[in-house]
Amino acid sequence: MRVGVLYSRIRRDEKLLLNELRSRDHEVAKLDVRKLRFALDEPPAELAECDVVLDRCLATSRSLYASQFVDSYGVPVVNGPETAEVCADKAKNSLALSNAGVPTPRTEVAFTKETAMEIIEDFGYPCVLKPVVGSWGRLMAKIDSRSAAEAILEHKATLGHYEHKVFYVQEFVEKPGRDIRVVATDGEPVAAMTRTSDHWLTNAAKGATAEPFELDDEALDLVERASEAVGGGLLGVDLMETGESGYTVHEVNHTVEFKALSDATDVDVAARVVDWLETKVPAEVSA
Amino acid sequence: MVDCPECGGSVTLHDDAETGEIIDCGTCGAELEVIGTDPVELETAPELEEDWGE
Ligand SMILES: [Zn+2]
Repeated sequence: MRVGVLYSRIRRDEKLLLNELRSRDHEVAKLDVRKLRFALDEPPAELAECDVVLDRCLATSRSLYASQFVDSYGVPVVNGPETAEVCADKAKNSLALSNAGVPTPRTEVAFTKETAMEIIEDFGYPCVLKPVVGSWGRLMAKIDSRSAAEAILEHKATLGHYEHKVFYVQEFVEKPGRDIRVVATDGEPVAAMTRTSDHWLTNAAKGATAEPFELDDEALDLVERASEAVGGGLLGVDLMETGESGYTVHEVNHTVEFKALSDATDVDVAARVVDWLETKVPAEVSA
Repeated sequence: MVDCPECGGSVTLHDDAETGEIIDCGTCGAELEVIGTDPVELETAPELEEDWGE
C-alpha cells in the first residue's frame, strides 16, 4: 500500500514507523505539513495517491485541520478528525470518557477566575489546574493552597492565551507514585508501561523511569472503552491506579509517542502499528 | 560529517538520515533539522510551537 506520513519533524517515533513501512515494501510518501496546501475540493497530488495517511503532526492545530482535510478528500486518515478533535481538548476528552461511563477524575470547567476559585475551594487542596490544550505536562499546576490558587489564576487570566481562560480543574489523584501509559490500536493494547517519578508529573518527557506493565482484565476493558469513547484509532491511554476502586482514566492522546514504550518493553510498537494499518486499510478502502 | 549551523562543530549523521529528521548537535546541543541528504544540509530546527501534540 501507499502510506502518506504527515509530519513536520521526523523524531525517533516517525523514523521507526518509516523504517518499518519501508522494510515491508510499502510505498511511503513523506508529506511535510509545512509545505502542503489544502484546497477545499481537490487534494494535493501526493496525498490523493495514498491508501492511508498517518497523521504525525505534533502541533495540535495542524493535526486538527490536516486530518479534516484529508478525511474530506476521501483518503483514510489515522487518526480521524473526530478522534483528533476530542483528544486535542482536555474538556472534550473528559466529557467523552465520562459519557461513556469510563472512570475519570472529578473535573470541572469554568470561564472566569472567580468561578474557578470556587471550584478549587470546593475540591480542596491539592488539586490540579490544567490548560485545555497542551502537552507533556506543560503549564499544569498542582495547587496546594488558596494563596497559590489566587496567584496562578491571576497569572493565567493576565498572561494567558484565550485557551487559558478556560479553567479546567481536576481532583488530585493519590496514586502509588506511578501512572500507566498504554498504546492501543482501536482499543487493543499494543504495549503498556508504568512511569514512576518523584515529581507529581510522571511524564516520560520529564525524566520519569519506565517499566513494562501487565494489564489486568479491568484495565483491558477500560482501554477498550476509552478508545471507543473518543472514536478509536492509534491512541495513548493514560490510566492511574486508585487503590481499592481500581483505575481512573485521565486522558486519551491522539498523537501518541511510543519510543519510550518500545524502549521499556519487548514490544516492537512500530511493527505492531504497521500490522494494524495493514489490516485496517483494505477494510476501509472496501467499506 | 557536516558543520553545525549553530556552532560550526562537526556533526556526524547516520547513513539513513532523511529530510525532516531532527538531530542534536553533539557540541552545542542545538536541535538541527536535516533539510537535504545529498549532500547533507542542516538547519537549526524550528522552535517548538505552543500547541504541540500529545
Ligand atoms: Zn552545534
